Amino acid sequence: MSSALFEYLLRLGDNTLILSHRVSEWCGLAPVLEEDIALANTALDLIGQTQMWLGLAGEVEGKGRDADALAFRRDVWGFRNLLLLERPNGDFGKTMMRQFLFDAFNVVNLGYLIKSSDPRIAAIAEKASKEAAYHLERSGDTVIGLGDGTEESHRRMQDALDELWPYVGEMFASDTVDAEMVAAGVAPDPQTLRKEWNEITVRYLTEATLTVPDGTFAHKGGKTGVQHTEHLGHLLTSMQWLQRAYPDASW
Amino acid sequence: MVITRPSVDQIWVWLDNVPDPEIPVISLVDLGVIRDVAWVNDVLEVTVTPTYSGCPATSIINLDIETALRDHGVKYLKLKRQLSPAWTTEWLSERGRAKLEDYGIAPPRPAGGPERCPQCKSKNVQRVSQFGSTPCKAQWRCSDCLEPFDYFKCI
Repeated sequence: MSSALFEYLLRLGDNTLILSHRVSEWCGLAPVLEEDIALANTALDLIGQTQMWLGLAGEVEGKGRDADALAFRRDVWGFRNLLLLERPNGDFGKTMMRQFLFDAFNVVNLGYLIKSSDPRIAAIAEKASKEAAYHLERSGDTVIGLGDGTEESHRRMQDALDELWPYVGEMFASDTVDAEMVAAGVAPDPQTLRKEWNEITVRYLTEATLTVPDGTFAHKGGKTGVQHTEHLGHLLTSMQWLQRAYPDASW
Repeated sequence: MVITRPSVDQIWVWLDNVPDPEIPVISLVDLGVIRDVAWVNDVLEVTVTPTYSGCPATSIINLDIETALRDHGVKYLKLKRQLSPAWTTEWLSERGRAKLEDYGIAPPRPAGGPERCPQCKSKNVQRVSQFGSTPCKAQWRCSDCLEPFDYFKCI
């Protein structure tokens, strides 16, 4: 149980960590100042959630690793984030589409984790769900604004949705780790979250005048750690550089 | 040797004099992040909840609490982090809300937006961005006096 719980917590923490790093890559580069600040603040919320999830993961593992050790001292094969979240940012619209697809998942998932049999997980979920709801409000509005915007913004958002769609399925793929969590009342079965996620996303995407792709193919391997895309390694070289070059550096 | 312990009421008064590091016109007590103060034998336990999970002010807040209480002679101090129930803007004190507006930050409202411009009090206001200078604020603008202002988000 404790090794499955550790795996499960890594998945939660790595999702927010990797997405946070991707979003933070926009710092100083966003199309307008307000969006730059909003992206940085979103990344900050996600880092906060990461500290809680990975902090608890380290505690559960019991080998003296804290959130920093888990974030900065693991290599590609140790990461358990969804492939969707390690995708390069692309343009602003694609970044916001990825954010939207994940925010909707995060909102639904956290809604169940609030009722987790593990009070530590329930407490973190309660805190994080408020932030996730706010993130979804913003990413959803942006998807509508750009989807139902100009001809060019509409085309870019449809392209983003089409490109990211094959990465959606992994969010709802269940494995033995999930089965153990379900059995212990710790977490919901990801498969059961799809219906609610569909309701939320279809509502926004319809208003955004975007066409929901009908493909069901799903790239997998991120949350199980079996196979990440080439992009994660490049991300880590940037994110982990300081602790790799100067172990234990602090200020 | 008899160790004199300051009363819990006294501790609350001291904490009420510790300013929020980002919005120094309100105290940590006004902000509602101090959830409990209690003596456990000779150790003073102060329970603190974060506003936003990633807010960098959280560690400064803990440091400021520690510094203030040590300055008042509290020797054995333990800071406890409490995540649940999650912080809500409903815990901002009435006095804190008034001070925020005086300072130029529109206080949070369940309606999801500011009641009026903190400068000219006009109700003709519009949202510029969902996020502002810190995670707890959004950016708004007054359509009458044209001044931009921070709105303390309601969560």
